Amino acid sequence: MTAPRTYFVPLDSVAVALGADETADAIAASGAKVIRTGSRGMHWLEPLIEVEIDGARHGFGPVDPGDVATLTTAAGAPNFAAHPKYVGAIEALPYFRRQKRLIFARCGVVDPKSVDDIRAHGGAQGLQKALTMTAANICGEIAESGLRGRGGAGFPAGIKWKTVEGAKADQKYVVCNADEGDSGTFADRMIMEGDPFLLIEGMTIAGIAVGATQGYIYLRSEYPVAAEILNAAIGAAYEAGLLGPDVLGSGKRFDLEVFVGAGAYICGEETSLLNSLEGKRGEVRAKPPLPALEGLFGKPTLVHNVLSFCAAPAIIAEGAKAYHAIGVGRSTGTMPFQLSGDIKYSGLFEAPFGLTLRDLVEDIGGGTRSGRRVRAVQIGGPLGAYLPPSLFDTIIDYEGLAAIGAGVGHGGLVIFNDGVDLLEQARYAFEFCAEESCGKCTPCRVGAVRGVEVMDRIRDGDYHAKNLEVLADLCELMVDGSLCAMGGMTPIPVQSAVRHFPEDFAFPPKGRKIAGSEQAP
Amino acid sequence: MGEEPLSIGALTDLIQPFVGRAGGLISALRSIQSRIGHLPPDTEAAAATAFNLTRAEVKGVISFYSDFTRAPKGRIVIRLCAAEACQAQGGRALQSEIEKRLALKPGKTSASGDLTLEHVYCLGLCSAGPAAMVGGQLMAKASPEKISAAFDACQRARK
Repeated sequence: MTAPRTYFVPLDSVAVALGADETADAIAASGAKVIRTGSRGMHWLEPLIEVEIDGARHGFGPVDPGDVATLTTAAGAPNFAAHPKYVGAIEALPYFRRQKRLIFARCGVVDPKSVDDIRAHGGAQGLQKALTMTAANICGEIAESGLRGRGGAGFPAGIKWKTVEGAKADQKYVVCNADEGDSGTFADRMIMEGDPFLLIEGMTIAGIAVGATQGYIYLRSEYPVAAEILNAAIGAAYEAGLLGPDVLGSGKRFDLEVFVGAGAYICGEETSLLNSLEGKRGEVRAKPPLPALEGLFGKPTLVHNVLSFCAAPAIIAEGAKAYHAIGVGRSTGTMPFQLSGDIKYSGLFEAPFGLTLRDLVEDIGGGTRSGRRVRAVQIGGPLGAYLPPSLFDTIIDYEGLAAIGAGVGHGGLVIFNDGVDLLEQARYAFEFCAEESCGKCTPCRVGAVRGVEVMDRIRDGDYHAKNLEVLADLCELMVDGSLCAMGGMTPIPVQSAVRHFPEDFAFPPKGRKIAGSEQAP
Repeated sequence: MGEEPLSIGALTDLIQPFVGRAGGLISALRSIQSRIGHLPPDTEAAAATAFNLTRAEVKGVISFYSDFTRAPKGRIVIRLCAAEACQAQGGRALQSEIEKRLALKPGKTSASGDLTLEHVYCLGLCSAGPAAMVGGQLMAKASPEKISAAFDACQRARK
């Protein structure tokens, strides 16, 4: 008798929402061993089950419980590749081979709750090296790598690290912004569910570099699976001496805990997040003072997005030069792009900056799932621009997108087919802002409500030309007068829609349904 | 979730572990709500005393966050994602179909108290939308049929 075969079944929320738990139970009931991992990011195949055969991981998907009996039989037979759900050796698949996985290297491979598994796959090497370096050297490496904040603003990370490191205070903090509220983005969730130790390691390196002994992960409440896995991983990291009063025997302290938010998009804005982490209403603070100097509880605080912290271990382990060599121009390193909406190959694709929108939408994403024509892509979340196919040859980097009035944001691309009504989408941008505005500043709080009203008048042809002028004026006011990016960037989806899709804002509408327009799947 | 009202002392007991911790008030409110499903009126006084805040400050926090509710919700909550990535995958049609089938508007609870329908902005399942959550269970590629089956399963599980 041979030992029971091992199956790797994702515990990622997308896979679970598509039935991975039931599939895992069915496999376990057959007597096989099941290891739960993160997702590989090929979400059109979820639940994607992997089996190790002759030293390589072979994938089958999507596997529902009804497929399990034939799957377990096939996996033990020489012609396993003949199974109808067989997709190939995972790491040999073109979708996988074309990626450069720095952040997601272990996601989908390891057991996210096992320190031993992580360390067997290169975990903690960045942290070990950081512990031999001076604080100034670590901050210097981050600066030289060219890493820019992955939360949306693209601010050079090294400047933040050096500012917090140079601030004098009895207590400093490291805070991770894991309030990933942008529609079309899920990279933070995937890495927290699939490789939480990478985030723990990145934050610990940051704590040691800037002189902070306490870290917090501010996690949105919509991510209960991530909360459970992060807490388990943090517990295991304490037991293994990766966290606590004596990190890896260095004598240096770093403590870390998860704080779960309570449902507020605005808490992804860093100053609002800090207020929320202090137990208050998540209202935005005026800057200055910068959080790097006066952040959490008024102390110097390094606030970064999940992916920014997750880039740190590789930068320290491999060196800033190696990281800087990846990407294009001033956009160094890799970006985990997230493809969603009406797209055939939906999921996560990590690649160096430098791909074009067309590469991602048509080549990697395979065009629409519905077979309809692509009409628009929204890049960078609810505050990101709607772009038409005529701009798809734009290179995706911070400068290239800025030049066409767009931004990378958090790397999410939502693909819309030709059923989309851009006026409805622009109206929705205001509606969302009205719903989620913290209310602190008037341009955002009132402007969003006025925006919805103006959009309705444009749709209904009520003083149509004049209301288009009012809209332009309102957008200008929100950009110039808002306290933070919520009000300041809501005009981006609105104005990009008006600019690139003027036919949807015409009156009488040309071939557009007046109300209740809908995207067919 | 217990149905009986909690005394102010019992509320204070739930709040106490979070006093002095970062974001303690929010965590305490979350703890009460996960225990009884909503935040009863005495929460404000109990939390204000424990955290040395005014009742207005506590009320301000409760009203700011969409997770917190002072009125009990339905026994099963159906949440539908209303954000862009799900819109691009038929989310708007799903919303109107569910509203029609349940004869319920978002944010409302059925007369029987069986269910509450809610909108959410992003459940992080954008790559396999439209996304929903029925009775705490995530659902990708949601359809009226899948939602209805999940709702029935939740009801059976309660009985």
